[in-house]
Amino acid sequence: MKKIILSTVTAAWVAGGVGVGLYAPAALADDAADKGRAIAEEWDRRDLGFGDTKAKLRMVLQNRHGETSEREMYINTLEVPGEGDGDKSLVYFEHPRDIKGTALLSYAHILDPDDQWLYLPKLKRVKRISSTNKSGPFVGSEFAFEDISAQELGKYTYKWLRDEPCGELTCAVLEQTPLYENSGYTKQVTWYDLSEYRQQKVEYYDRKGELLKTLEFRDYQQYLGKYWRADELFMTNHQTGKKTSLVYESYEFQTGLSEGDFRKNTLKRLQ
Amino acid sequence: MTNHFQKSWLSGVGISLALAASATMAEEVELSGFIAGDLRAYPQSPRHDGQSDAHLNPSLVIQPELRYEWNDGDDRVSFIPYLRLDPQDARRTHGDIRELNWLHRADGWDIKVGADKVFWGVAESNHLIDIINQTDAVEDIDGEDKLGQPMVNFGFQQDWGSLNLIAMPYFRERTFAGRGGRLRSSMIVDTDQTTYDSGAKEWAPDFAVRYATYIGDWDIGLAHFHGTSREATLRVGTDGGGSAVWVPHYDRIDQTSIDVQATIEEWLWKLEAMTRSGQGDRFGAFVAGLEYTYFGVSESGADLGLLAEYQYDGRDSDAPSVSTDNDIFLGARYTLNDTDDTDILGGVVYDHENHTTFFQVEADTRLNDNWTIEGELRVLGHVAADDPYFGVRDDHHLQIRLSRYF
Repeated sequence: MKKIILSTVTAAWVAGGVGVGLYAPAALADDAADKGRAIAEEWDRRDLGFGDTKAKLRMVLQNRHGETSEREMYINTLEVPGEGDGDKSLVYFEHPRDIKGTALLSYAHILDPDDQWLYLPKLKRVKRISSTNKSGPFVGSEFAFEDISAQELGKYTYKWLRDEPCGELTCAVLEQTPLYENSGYTKQVTWYDLSEYRQQKVEYYDRKGELLKTLEFRDYQQYLGKYWRADELFMTNHQTGKKTSLVYESYEFQTGLSEGDFRKNTLKRLQ
Repeated sequence: MTNHFQKSWLSGVGISLALAASATMAEEVELSGFIAGDLRAYPQSPRHDGQSDAHLNPSLVIQPELRYEWNDGDDRVSFIPYLRLDPQDARRTHGDIRELNWLHRADGWDIKVGADKVFWGVAESNHLIDIINQTDAVEDIDGEDKLGQPMVNFGFQQDWGSLNLIAMPYFRERTFAGRGGRLRSSMIVDTDQTTYDSGAKEWAPDFAVRYATYIGDWDIGLAHFHGTSREATLRVGTDGGGSAVWVPHYDRIDQTSIDVQATIEEWLWKLEAMTRSGQGDRFGAFVAGLEYTYFGVSESGADLGLLAEYQYDGRDSDAPSVSTDNDIFLGARYTLNDTDDTDILGGVVYDHENHTTFFQVEADTRLNDNWTIEGELRVLGHVAADDPYFGVRDDHHLQIRLSRYF
């Protein structure tokens, strides 16, 4: 029965309907899991076909005393079509200068650990690294590896909690439980706005079930008339008082990146 | 010889730069690099005649990096000169062209022409199969500093892996400490008397081919090198003044190698193995080991990695001697994962035949946006008389390096 209702809803979306249909009938109200999953599916569906992106960003790390340090990096992403596998990404650093040229290549997978290679420019060495460390800090920031790696639909189970106002919009609030191993979180609570199905806020709960961090997505921009990206991702760690801001200074879509730009040995020619 | 080499390279670069300049000047030359002050402290007095008896050895390092890109980054010229000034060792005061090359990138292949550095390998305690570049041995005893190697490197990157074909027209001699320097044996190496197997000497071309790929959790590399050995066989001779010196000789060799790393959850399993002919009887050598990481051992997310490797080398006395013949390496790496990228690596290498023991600790951190500080402590325990470390058995030292990046 559930299946039928879901596929009906999906058909309505494909036919050009927006998410409105989702909330009209009482059909899903009794099944928070299906409702949550359907919202996440719509979030996922609206980003399909982005192809590839090139972004330049600035990371501002702030300690509890308000002192800041900055990093500059580039992130190239290649969409891997289909639900079976995650996207490929390449992060390389420009600043601070002592790590200039350091690069991280990741092949994201849905439930299996990602494949990751680190490039160390001083030695010109490409090193395969363990990706078990999902909950570890990414370059000393408040973003864990699992926060910056590709967000894939199949990585979580979903449960709809409630709808509530979020700023000028209305958001569906979903509880998301990681299905992959070695997550640092027991759950995430995510706010999706119901006008464009964008993530507006994420709360991360640690292994003890306590609120650890909050991520806010600020200033969404639309690219190619379709794909939404926030200008700033702002992470607050409530337990340490530290904050990290990721500011996107440029975003380009469908730049012509291909598989060949995301190979282990192409790392060596970055610098 | 060095001058001749540099001149011919410089003219090559001149042409490349002229080409670059005549292309679009829309993008500017990018400048980065670092300048560093090193201070080595030797608690013990020197053992050999001629060595500086100062316990403190300051020196200065400059390495600017210039890059110019055009064709949307598909073409790039890189120029990385290097200079060290050491007031106590005239040989350690030296310059090099670490890189001076033109790279052209295309879809699925690339070509690099000029001086460059190429690293092969997976192990931590011994870079056994890393053979393309000559070691700039006067820099440090860890063998990780390399001289720029002139080459044409043609690479294919495809779904089936990557294949590199490398031709090297000119051989770089290893650098050795001068009379005033520490970290040398009782006799200095006289590089004015260097001899070669090949009549073409340093102009005998070297060739290498490497195939690398990954299959699931396994990263695999296969390589062959045909050319002049990067390791010198040292023979006793005399210099112009009648003093006994080591005279380096470079053999022509063939070396086939494999390197494998399996990355399975918290474990890294590593193997480098090679077989070489051309220096006495054909011999084999390997370094094999593992690295296990405890992730998130502290509240702030630090990692603790434990390393163990075994080094074996089956060469006979006709081949250049190495210390890594039957040794066990045990080490630990503590990575704080803090904003300053602080990490500490400590280890001990123990030769279980002659009981030579070598301790080492390295640590580095960022002071602010532009400055970093590194410390290195090297202590020799027991050193056997037949071990290559015998001549440096009193050269325990602490090195502090302060670097300014730009």
